[in-house]
Amino acid sequence: MSEVQNKNRFDFVYDFYSKMKESKVTIAYEGEISHEITKVFSSLAESHIAIDDEASTLKKRVFHVMIESLQNLSKHSGEKHDLKSATDGQGIFFVSKTEKNYTITTGNIIDKYELPGLKLVIKKINSSNKKSLKDLYKEQIKKGRLSDKGGAGLGFIDIVRKTGEQLIYSFFDINEKKSYFVLTSTVSRKK
Amino acid sequence: MQVIKIEGTDDTPQVTLDANPENPFMEISGRSLPEDVVAFYEPILEWLDEYSENPLEKTILNIKLEYFNTASSKLLLDILLKLEDLNDAGNDVLVRWHFPDDDEDMEEAGEEYEDIVEVPFEQVSYSFE
Repeated sequence: MSEVQNKNRFDFVYDFYSKMKESKVTIAYEGEISHEITKVFSSLAESHIAIDDEASTLKKRVFHVMIESLQNLSKHSGEKHDLKSATDGQGIFFVSKTEKNYTITTGNIIDKYELPGLKLVIKKINSSNKKSLKDLYKEQIKKGRLSDKGGAGLGFIDIVRKTGEQLIYSFFDINEKKSYFVLTSTVSRKK
Repeated sequence: MQVIKIEGTDDTPQVTLDANPENPFMEISGRSLPEDVVAFYEPILEWLDEYSENPLEKTILNIKLEYFNTASSKLLLDILLKLEDLNDAGNDVLVRWHFPDDDEDMEEAGEEYEDIVEVPFEQVSYSFE
């Protein structure tokens, strides 16, 4: 590699590091999201590397949201359809920690035709109060069959119930068939 | 009847299903986030089907989970619905829902199952100390 290429690479790494620090990111990952990867991240959270000295309820909630977010990625990422043999999803996974809260952010490619349904589900969940979320959960657990993707449509509902915070999301155009979906869940550190 | 005894791992619960009339014991404990949740719970549901054909005088299922993911929550409901059938058929059935005394989310999860299924529930709190 030429010196210029080396310089670019080092600059990229330092730049990446600085941006992570600036955004208080404690975990950043891009790639295949398998069951094994899910376990690694959740045990990181448990073993205090990512979450230190927190109350056990808070720790459990962060753990819970991490697992559900990662499982959403591993099961629902549209990108896996493009990979020849992979059965696992692909995605980005970030955990940030500020004074006020933890944020768990995922990003993945999805098929555009899934967008309207996804938006509708999130809007419905975000506009529900505690009581109607509980009803929604009960309704979904009773009628929801486990799809071939393994989910039961409960993940989003459960995240919002556990955290008491709305889901924040955005979509980016990739091409005429695909979009990039970014979703952030927030767990407040205050009681 | 065959006894099911599954050791727990960091992503699957410990399961004991023993209908020996002398000393029966049924318990699901630990953590539940299996990679393939349907495959994991299938033998348990099948066992309950077989058990229901010729149940003991009293059926007590202990659920003592410290964590379960939403995919597992659906399968837990399937298990409880089998116990509901057993209860509906006139059998004596009890679910003991154990939760750590500082874990309100797990306590609430038990209350919700109690709301959904028609089976006598007993909430049991425990502490790690």
